[in-house]
Amino acid sequence: MKLDSNVPEGELAEKWTKYRSTMNLVAPNNKRRLEVIVVGTGLAGASAASTLGELGYNVKCFTFHDSPRRAHSIAAQGGINAAKNYQNDGDSVYRLFYDTIKGGDYRSRESNVHRLAEASTEIIDQCVAQGVPFAREYGGLLANRSFGGVQVSRTFYARGQTGQQLLLGAYQGLSRQIATGNVKMYNRHEMLDLVTIDGKARGIIARNLLTGKLERHAAHAVVLATGGYGNVYYLSTNAMGSNVSAAWRAVRRGALMANPCMCQIHPTCIPVSGDYQSKLTLMSESLRNDGRVWVPKKKEDAIAIREKRKTALDIPEEDRDYYLERRYPAFGNLVPRDVASRAAKVACDAGNGVSPTGLAVFLDFSSAFERYGHSEALSQGINNPTAEKIIDLGREVVKKKYGNLFQMYEKITGENPYVLPMKIYPAIHYVMGGLWVDYNLETNVPGLFALGEANFSDHGANRLGASALMQGLADGYFVIPYTIGQFLSKEIRTPNISPDLPEFEKAENDTRQRLQRLIDIKGNQSVESFHRRLGKIMWEYCGMSRNAEGLTKARQELRALRDEFYSDVFIPGTADEFNPELEKATRVADLMELGEVMTLDALDRNESCGGHFREEYVTEDGEAKRDDENYAYVAAWEWDEQEPQVHKEELVFKNVELKTRSYK
Amino acid sequence: MKLTLKIWRQKNNSTKGSFETYQVEADEHMSFLEMLDVLNQQLIEAKKDPVAFEHDCREGICGSCNIVIDGRPHGPQKGTTTCQLHMRHYKDGETITIEPFRASAFPVIKDLVVDRAAFDRVIQAGGYISVNTGQAPDGNSIPIEGDIAAKSFDSATCIGCGACVAACPNGSAMLFTSAKISHLGLLPQGKIEHSKRSQKMVAQMDKEGFGFCSNVGACEAECPKEISLDNIARLNRSFVGSVFSSE
Repeated sequence: MKLDSNVPEGELAEKWTKYRSTMNLVAPNNKRRLEVIVVGTGLAGASAASTLGELGYNVKCFTFHDSPRRAHSIAAQGGINAAKNYQNDGDSVYRLFYDTIKGGDYRSRESNVHRLAEASTEIIDQCVAQGVPFAREYGGLLANRSFGGVQVSRTFYARGQTGQQLLLGAYQGLSRQIATGNVKMYNRHEMLDLVTIDGKARGIIARNLLTGKLERHAAHAVVLATGGYGNVYYLSTNAMGSNVSAAWRAVRRGALMANPCMCQIHPTCIPVSGDYQSKLTLMSESLRNDGRVWVPKKKEDAIAIREKRKTALDIPEEDRDYYLERRYPAFGNLVPRDVASRAAKVACDAGNGVSPTGLAVFLDFSSAFERYGHSEALSQGINNPTAEKIIDLGREVVKKKYGNLFQMYEKITGENPYVLPMKIYPAIHYVMGGLWVDYNLETNVPGLFALGEANFSDHGANRLGASALMQGLADGYFVIPYTIGQFLSKEIRTPNISPDLPEFEKAENDTRQRLQRLIDIKGNQSVESFHRRLGKIMWEYCGMSRNAEGLTKARQELRALRDEFYSDVFIPGTADEFNPELEKATRVADLMELGEVMTLDALDRNESCGGHFREEYVTEDGEAKRDDENYAYVAAWEWDEQEPQVHKEELVFKNVELKTRSYK
Repeated sequence: MKLTLKIWRQKNNSTKGSFETYQVEADEHMSFLEMLDVLNQQLIEAKKDPVAFEHDCREGICGSCNIVIDGRPHGPQKGTTTCQLHMRHYKDGETITIEPFRASAFPVIKDLVVDRAAFDRVIQAGGYISVNTGQAPDGNSIPIEGDIAAKSFDSATCIGCGACVAACPNGSAMLFTSAKISHLGLLPQGKIEHSKRSQKMVAQMDKEGFGFCSNVGACEAECPKEISLDNIARLNRSFVGSVFSSE
């Protein structure tokens, strides 16, 4: 299979503008006759559905949640990047493009990333107009902060709840279109199959989660904005319901899964506390603006802390190893996520971890308290403040910036982070891999599009902080409304697709049988127990570091787990009713198949890049060793029960020079 | 710790529900929902029907979880969603009563799961600023005073969980509705449609069967995001104004 990225000709900086102004359009009278299905209502899905509705298309929008506002974009904390250069610190569209390509370790497509950087500025304008209450300076203008992997301040934020505010903006826009009737909303409906007719995506089979009834929904095109598959690891910062099923069902119908092994491990999460744990909680990367990461230099100190004989406060300054500042002086605590995560693992593997499990490092705000306290004392005109007064003033400043995060930390751990430093450890957070798409965000299945985290296109092997929100909204507000026209302009003579066609009947029957098969197993183990075991295998062998031997073993274990699942899982109830256990079962079944392709992808990629760290490919000082000569490609996997096949899209870099990524 | 749970079980909206009693072994580091996971694991192992409850992000922001714990929506801790409540606040041997949010506008679907679609319809009635994609001027073209933006943000942090309705003796949705009206109405971008928005949202709220507001204040006390009663006062003021000035 030849993968054509359909990147338009011309200079990088002019491609999108030129393409946009010369592409095929669909006239308003025809838009009214064309139907589009959008699955998912996170930032990408809600912004796409509402914008397509505004343009006049007939949109049907689906979410498995009880309301579109619950999508997991809501939980994003830190911010959204945009190349506004409001801070006059040297930012530009080109710099945002360059940072993203470099941050992604040169494994993303230049043209898509440049378009993302271009759209970034429009996103901020759009969100402000919708009423997103971004943080502002005293003069009333928009405030910015820094994030990892960059040296400018380009991140816009709404306290530690940026995702919530952006999603509510998109949700409100969507609600407006629902009210006008341009979008028909299907809450509590889960996509369980993709329907293709003559090779084109023409609809979906959705299960009404309240009644269990399978429904056929037809359209001229299908847009998947169904998020990422981090829950393949069981423990992740994803919501409990986040899953791969919509995308995976598309893969089962011929779409390709690109770079599935590229997963992002976020360095600052609250560490695991016990076996019952159901999910992990992120502490925003923005905290690394002011927090310093360290472990004790001496192992005996680390052990004393683990055994609660000492606390962080007992370790004198000279016995602390601020390992990020030591190893990466240029970026310090603000190195990209993959680098920070691996450095934490190195520190803990060496025996210097600080939680009872040995898997945690400190994120310490004491120098920020002091620094902010001094300037606050000055601005308040307090002469000769005591050391305590300074710290108190500093704590107040930090509280204003990150109050809700500190509060969340205390609720979960029971420790006060204003007194003791936070304990953090890396956790699965995001996946760069996803459905393969071309420049139009169209998969290899004509008429099937993928947006946001569900596609692979913009972040390469590692995503920079505050770029997921940017991509979701760029795809939904500013890319798909144009690019879907390239496909739909050829469909204006196609009458409405009938859900009575045999392809729909077959897909519905397949789905019914699949569900019944699961119900009929009537084994002895819960879905949850299989999910936990899946997660353990993936984390152990396909997590923060990987090697060929482990990956080979993981594949065998995954196959054995899958066999056991299909012979011994127990699902209470029936398929014809509200049945959350059945919902989980279909999702876990799909995650197990995906897991196998992830191990194959990780095994195929004999290099280390970004979030993919192969122990065999390391530089002398322990950094990731990329192999541009042999692996500068996108690996797009075609599913096969026996032996999934890889197809390759060569990545061509015409505008940036491939360099060893250094943050030293 | 060993706990006794009295949990509301109800097969669906057309059958009557009742309390059933369960025993569960919990750990102080668990979240409340993880404690319910443990119970459900036990039930599944015994081939029984697990307790249905709504949950998703488990970090206090999606607004999915909605449980009345010992008579209080989201339980005893101030400013905390059910998913962020941890078992360290309970003692060995305690009995905990667990029920769904109860309000006539939130019909029970199963056990602890209720239908809150009425909230979506209140937003659809006018809880937005009418701007199409692509029409926006530069983000910095209208400066907004920091305090105003912060106030608007405070109102905008509502997670749409419905605790305010469940806490209110009248089942009123005034806190939810007024928070959205404040969030948008405080901003210059949202001022233009403010009167119309208020009228349409309040009308929809009434239509959905939410009760009237009698200034009890339980909504603010139980709100996991501590949304202030000021929002209701603000709405009352502007609503009266908008009624007098309407055509």
